[in-house]
Amino acid sequence: MLLPSEIRMDRYRTRRLIDQVVRAACAFATVLAVIPLGLVLYYVASRGIAGLNWDFFTELPKPVGETGGGMGNAIVGSLELIGLASLFGIPPGILAGVYLAESDGKRFGSSVRFAADVMSGVPSITVGLFVYSLMVVTTRHFSATAGGAALAVIMLPTVTRTTEELLRLVPSALRESALGLGLPRWVATMRVVLRTAAPGIATGVMLAVARVAGETAPLLFTAFNNRFWSTSINEPTASLPVQIFTYAVSPYEDWHRQAWSAALVLVVMILGLNVLARVVVRNRVR
Amino acid sequence: MSFGQQATRTETARESDSLVAARPNRASAPSQALRGRAHSEGTSTAASTKMRTEGLRAGFGASEILKGIDLPVEERKVTAIIGPSGCGKSTFIRCLNRMHEVTPTANCSGRVLLDEADINARDIDPVLVRRRVGMVFQKPNPFPTMSIRDNVLAGLRLNGMRITHSDEVVERRLRQVALWDEVKDNLGRSGASLSGGQQQRLCMARSLALEPEVLLMDEPCSALDPIATARVEELIHELRANYTMVIVTHNMQQAARVADYTAFFYMGTLVEFAETDVIFTRPKERRTEDYITGRFG
Repeated sequence: MLLPSEIRMDRYRTRRLIDQVVRAACAFATVLAVIPLGLVLYYVASRGIAGLNWDFFTELPKPVGETGGGMGNAIVGSLELIGLASLFGIPPGILAGVYLAESDGKRFGSSVRFAADVMSGVPSITVGLFVYSLMVVTTRHFSATAGGAALAVIMLPTVTRTTEELLRLVPSALRESALGLGLPRWVATMRVVLRTAAPGIATGVMLAVARVAGETAPLLFTAFNNRFWSTSINEPTASLPVQIFTYAVSPYEDWHRQAWSAALVLVVMILGLNVLARVVVRNRVR
Repeated sequence: MSFGQQATRTETARESDSLVAARPNRASAPSQALRGRAHSEGTSTAASTKMRTEGLRAGFGASEILKGIDLPVEERKVTAIIGPSGCGKSTFIRCLNRMHEVTPTANCSGRVLLDEADINARDIDPVLVRRRVGMVFQKPNPFPTMSIRDNVLAGLRLNGMRITHSDEVVERRLRQVALWDEVKDNLGRSGASLSGGQQQRLCMARSLALEPEVLLMDEPCSALDPIATARVEELIHELRANYTMVIVTHNMQQAARVADYTAFFYMGTLVEFAETDVIFTRPKERRTEDYITGRFG
């Protein structure tokens, strides 16, 4: 007679074998996925570090044919565009997310949700064209405002959906206890529910900002480019991604070097935003 | 037994209830001797009806959960609501401060009177009702982003009230719920760091800070261990002197321990309402007796 325990031992060996194979496959896939990230970081850093100096951060680009100069205007311009995009994109995104999560309206809510999902899949150059026809054609000039608006449109669905998802994670018991204290609904929503979800929403927002910080296509015909410091948000404005694009396709060796440096600065900026997002969460959770 | 007969019996029960309600002092005389401690305060003046429902029906969508409830809630007394799962206890208590309507598809008809004014009237703001009729929920739910101190003050602060002596308010409320000695050195810590029983007492302090006239408790001890339960029950005893309380409980011993009056709900109807001693020692209704003796439910 075969003992039951022996049968189980038999299966256990097979199970353990399968476990090890699948484990190894997962580890391999993870390594494959991380390799490009590592290579990109390494490549950008090794090519870009050479061109980094004080002038790069403070000087304007030199005219064609002269070496040296920097990207001070593009760095400031990028920050300006990101700031405008945040201003235009984050408040309406969060409010829309609150609406989707907290309102009882079924049909309108689900169509907004669907629209947001579709919008997050729209190619960014299409968004650029849309803002071009809406804000550049009508005002007859490129501007930082238009660039910021284009980036905001790209951020909007991400911010909206992240806010909604995170608000849905807040237990309804918390909403009820706030209402049970005799708080009006808007106070309960803004000061209890939204505040509870705030660290998560902050992360989602930072990631959305980091994503648009590297966008090039929507800026090409909205913020355009500028060889000089822009003094107003109604002027064409230089940005790192567009400057990288312009320099990279140029025939000049010095510009290629600067494009690599700009890429490195951009990557570090975005990495910084990502790290900041995580630090914010860690500090708020405690 | 047909449904019609059932209804008639309930009707009879209700008539006798209203007698009890009308002459609470005389009715409670024998029970004081019986229950000793519960009434030992003896400070309560002639009780009056603080809240009252008339033909209260409520449900969700097409399903009706409460099928016409007439129940008085006496001032500065503890009214317990018992009954098997799904009998409408929670729905009932949530109708008393218009929390029922917070759930989508909820509907409600009939009158709920607070000091003889209908809180379901069109021109009544539910927010103001909830300030007068506070609620403690089944699961302790302090605001996780706030410290213990801020939790106590949350209701006042978020309602935009100016707090002049906040330290005193915090201490007074935490003492009132017998939590002060346990947390006085850690007022800055998150409310979520407390144990379940402490959290529930913190939630009671949070509700009491708004000085509600009525405190509703929806199974406040069902998520607590026996020791924490005993603390909360003690607290209910102490609060009785100043507050009108309604407590929903699954636990019949708890009703017997803390309540002055007990209502037995069954399938959305009020089967019997009387002094707690009467319900537990000489119930008029067969179904009440069956339930409290554990024959069903």
